[in-house]
Amino acid sequence: MKGSVTAMPDKLIAVWNALPYMLGGSLVTMGVVAGAMLIGLFGGIPLAVGQVYGKPALKRIIGIYIWFFRGVPLLVLLFLFYFGLFSLLDINLSAFTVAVIVLGLISAAYQSQIFRGSILSLPEGQLKAARALGMSDFKAVHLIVLPQALRLSIPAWSNEYSIVLKDSAVTYALGVAEIMARTHFVATRTYQHLPLYMAAGLIYLVLTYAGTKGLRILESRVRIRGYSHS
Amino acid sequence: MESAGFVSISEMEPILRVENVRKRYGKREILKGVSLSIRRGELKVLIGPSGGGKSTFLQCINYLVTPDEGDIWLEGRHIDHTHKRELYRYRQQVGMIFQDFNLFDHLSAVQNIEVSLIHVKRMDRKPARERAMAELERVGLRGHADHYPAQLSGGQKQRVSIARALAMDPKVMLLDEPTSALDPELIGEVLSVIKDLVANGMTMIMATHQIGFSRALADEIVFMEDGRILERGPPLKILSDAKCERTREFCSKITELYGEAD
Repeated sequence: MKGSVTAMPDKLIAVWNALPYMLGGSLVTMGVVAGAMLIGLFGGIPLAVGQVYGKPALKRIIGIYIWFFRGVPLLVLLFLFYFGLFSLLDINLSAFTVAVIVLGLISAAYQSQIFRGSILSLPEGQLKAARALGMSDFKAVHLIVLPQALRLSIPAWSNEYSIVLKDSAVTYALGVAEIMARTHFVATRTYQHLPLYMAAGLIYLVLTYAGTKGLRILESRVRIRGYSHS
Repeated sequence: MESAGFVSISEMEPILRVENVRKRYGKREILKGVSLSIRRGELKVLIGPSGGGKSTFLQCINYLVTPDEGDIWLEGRHIDHTHKRELYRYRQQVGMIFQDFNLFDHLSAVQNIEVSLIHVKRMDRKPARERAMAELERVGLRGHADHYPAQLSGGQKQRVSIARALAMDPKVMLLDEPTSALDPELIGEVLSVIKDLVANGMTMIMATHQIGFSRALADEIVFMEDGRILERGPPLKILSDAKCERTREFCSKITELYGEAD
């Protein structure tokens, strides 16, 4: 008991000293998450559209993609791409880039299911009316279906954000200098595991909060007028 | 044209000719060979029990539902619906009004009309806006241009949807029970817009149970049941002196229900 009282300042000092280094890691984390979410967004939309409106062969291919990226554990995929695929193909990518790509490909699989659900929840008449006006299927999807479906996807999308954020900690296994990797680095040298990992957990909580809050604001900004659900 | 001593061929020829349309879903045959022709400026009213194929037939006419068999000619031109560009061009010329309006929920009233002018007819934004406002004016909703569908009453939504169809300058309009989803007190405002269209010579095929309206304005009433046209003829004949037993039975029922109100 006595010891812990005198050790308290040590713990705080250890966290204080490590904080700038760890916060630098949160920039790397946000870089990984932003890149992955963007790949997931621009990959997930065509996957969803293809799965709803595509020909059976296309649906099957997309189904296999989603099955693969949702089914294989993240760590296995990271190693598979980083040590396996890219070195086999003799492509030299940084650990950061591989982390973004792998998390992005996985997120595309999950996001596609978010968008698919939103598309299917739209009344069928929306697409019918667009076609009846002479719109091509592409225009009908682009101008009528997606603007509505993407709005409906925002709540589920903020869920996906917090999952990708937490998953990004696993990329430390490749040596990406994000929050987790830096915390681990400091902890093994100062032996202040408890306060440092608590600090790391707090940083993740703040990032989750900021992201979901931001998406809430976006959601109310783009809400269609006259719809009252909050 | 009349002064030349003859009626031009385009006046006599049907503007739209639909021949022998068949459609089945699995084992159920919804349309068992339906044919219908309409001349410029005519109003044909489809009546019949629900599930009789009226809605499917109307949707087959602009290929929202692809018929299994059947041919369609617009102004004498056979439509090849497998040819995408031709199909899209054809649909621009055939306006469709739905029972449940189907306004685009994320667009304001004026944007609902503009979107197809800009992206289908490739008009510039300014003339598209002017045209859209003019169409809203025509249905009495100029003041509601910036309202979103969720802010409009059912009758207003249906009037916007009519304005949206008219903006495309259709040669024929298909109306699928345009007043069936409306509260009784809102039916009148929509019917009066449709009456204006009749007066202006719009060619229309309309499924409706508004008997008073049909008796006054239809050129022909077509009775459909069980995927077939059972009988057709001028309103007075069909409504009060039908040959077919089923037609008589149905007409007396709907006259009782919707009949003399307007």
